[in-house]
Amino acid sequence: MEMTRRDLFALAAGLAAVGLINVPADASTDELQAAIEKFAGGTPKTGGVEITAPEIAENGNTVPIEVDAPGAASILVLAAGNPRPGVATFHFSKMSAESRGATRIRLAKTQEVVAVAKMADGSTTMARREIKVTIGGCGG
Amino acid sequence: MSKIKPRVKVPRKAKAGEAVTIKTLISHSMESGQRKDKKTGDLIPRKIINKFVAFYNGETVFSADLEPAVAANPYIQFSVKLSEPGTMRFEWTDDDGSTYDVEKKIKVA
Repeated sequence: MEMTRRDLFALAAGLAAVGLINVPADASTDELQAAIEKFAGGTPKTGGVEITAPEIAENGNTVPIEVDAPGAASILVLAAGNPRPGVATFHFSKMSAESRGATRIRLAKTQEVVAVAKMADGSTTMARREIKVTIGGCGG
Repeated sequence: MSKIKPRVKVPRKAKAGEAVTIKTLISHSMESGQRKDKKTGDLIPRKIINKFVAFYNGETVFSADLEPAVAANPYIQFSVKLSEPGTMRFEWTDDDGSTYDVEKKIKVA
C-alpha cells in the first residue's frame, strides 16, 4: 500500500501518543499543570483572583506583581514560561485586611503569570495574565 | 556575600479594624542556582530566602513561601487589620537555615 503524507502524519501522531517518538513538548506546560494540580487538587475555575502587573516589563529580573483574591486563604503564583513554574505562595489569616500580596519576580521571557487562589473550603479559582518582557531575567 | 539586611515599613499607630499596609524588604541576592560562574563554568548553588512570616503578638498573620523566581532583594507587601496594640515580628528564612528578624511595636486605638 502506498503511504500518503496524510498516512505518515497520522502514523507519527499515533506513535507520539504512545510515547515512541519525541514530539517536542513544552516541558514547562506539564510542570505548570502539575504545580496547579498539586495546590488545587483539581482544575480551578477561572475568575476570583486578580493579577496586577505591568503589560511590558522592561527588566525581567524584577517585575512587580500583586495578586488579590477576596476571601482566599492562600494564593499560588506561577510563571508559565520560566525554567521552573513556581514563584511564590502567599498565606493569609483572619488578621489579613485583604487576601492580597505583592512582590517582585523574575521572568525569563514574555509569558503568562498564573495565580491560583484557594478558599478556606478548599475550592480554587485561577487567573492568567501575559507579561511582555524585553530583557529576560533568570540570571543566565 | 554582602550583608543580609531586613527593612520594614510599618505605621507606628493604627486604628483598630482599619486596614494597614506593611512593606518589607530584605537585601539578599536570591541566588537562583541557575547562574554559572563565569570563570569556572560551574553552576553557582542556589541560596535564597525561601520563607517569610509576619507574626502579631505571636500569632501568624501572613506568610509567603518563596522560590528562586522571586527577584533579588525580595520585596513583600501585605495588609493587616489589628484590634489591639502589640508587636509585629517579621522573620525571613534562608536556604542555609539562617533566620533574620525585625520587630516593630504598633499602637492600636
